[in-house]
Amino acid sequence: MTKQHKAVALISGGLDSMLAVRVLQEQGIEVEGINFYTGFCVEGHTHAIRNHDKEKQKRNNALWVAEQLGIKLHIVDVIEEYKDVLLNPKHGYGANMNPCLDCKIFMVGKAVEWVKEHHKDGFDFIVTGEVIGQRPMSQRKFTMPIISEESGADDLLLRPLCAKNLPETKPEREGWVDREKLYDFHGRNRKPQIALAKQFGLHDFASPAGGCCFLTDKSYSDKLVDLWQARNSREYELDDIMLLKVGRHIRPSDEFKLIIARDAGESKFLEGYRKQYTSLHALSHNGPMALVDGELKQEQYPLAAAIVARFGKGRSAEEVEIDIATPDQQRQQIKTAPLSADEVLQEWYV
Amino acid sequence: MSRQQLDARRMLCPMPVIKTQNQVAAMQVGDEVEVICTDPGALNDIPAWARINGHSVIDTVQDEDEIRITVRVGA
Repeated sequence: MTKQHKAVALISGGLDSMLAVRVLQEQGIEVEGINFYTGFCVEGHTHAIRNHDKEKQKRNNALWVAEQLGIKLHIVDVIEEYKDVLLNPKHGYGANMNPCLDCKIFMVGKAVEWVKEHHKDGFDFIVTGEVIGQRPMSQRKFTMPIISEESGADDLLLRPLCAKNLPETKPEREGWVDREKLYDFHGRNRKPQIALAKQFGLHDFASPAGGCCFLTDKSYSDKLVDLWQARNSREYELDDIMLLKVGRHIRPSDEFKLIIARDAGESKFLEGYRKQYTSLHALSHNGPMALVDGELKQEQYPLAAAIVARFGKGRSAEEVEIDIATPDQQRQQIKTAPLSADEVLQEWYV
Repeated sequence: MSRQQLDARRMLCPMPVIKTQNQVAAMQVGDEVEVICTDPGALNDIPAWARINGHSVIDTVQDEDEIRITVRVGA
């Protein structure tokens, strides 16, 4: 009896990795999935913090894909290790703060490590859903061998969707998989993938614009760079990068920034941080929860209060009472006239 | 059989799933872990994770602020 070969596939939750696994399953390969959580991953329910997104299905696409494929999924926390990838990318950044090539090398390298750690489970090779030309930075013909080599996966890295455009890998050479039944997809055209999905009977799949990472988003990257500049340091913690996903970010001073909820869902989310951050909210009117990132000096309380008052129901009132609470719950109330729309300067918006 | 509790409050998914996964890896078949979380995404994600990895959700309690999901470790 021939040995059934086993692969671990990087699952992002998108269509390509889903198809890559499905192609191998057709060849009788046993596949398990692995998903790396960097803290910058776009999740359906990160958006669902906001009220208007509440109706959106709250699902983790990687888990959902794994369930559709009938495979196990291992989710690995790489938040700490990922900092070095983001801060010191050997191959540089893409259009924003996205270090896509270093990220891919890192993730495939982590998969190599994971396979070694789980050697008893007998994984023979690693699979990705990469397609040559699909992404401008990481998925190009010349980057494919760089990823294989620098990750340490070498010829044990198989890309079923574009394998025919690449040199033979060990799984193909050894006959574990049939190269003829792999694909030669290339370029940004998604039609071949959509057609293959249809052929496999897959009708529901995520296709997030800009990929599955907040770092490809200009607005998010701008906020991250602003945070580093304000702190004079590129260090960050998970809470910092979570809070960049939420609220309006308004920096009226070098010393502090206000994170102001845009709706009740975000207010509730920000409330969870009141023991870590100074917070502001209106007492006299309905209004958003706001957090202070940085140092809010006593003399800046009136300005911060007047800004927060601007974004509540009391924006047209003569006076709004704002409660300011420090993390140790020292409280102070300030009565202030809300700033007008023009007084909240455009350059304050991060 | 042991029963443990896991505090995943204020964590956003997939962190509650990752914490559950790591806890379950150190437990025996039949053991139970009650995961306390605040992200409603966990209501979908922890059961999905349990289903694909051979574990079962035996209880889910949701009040205004917290969600408690009990997972029984499978083979």
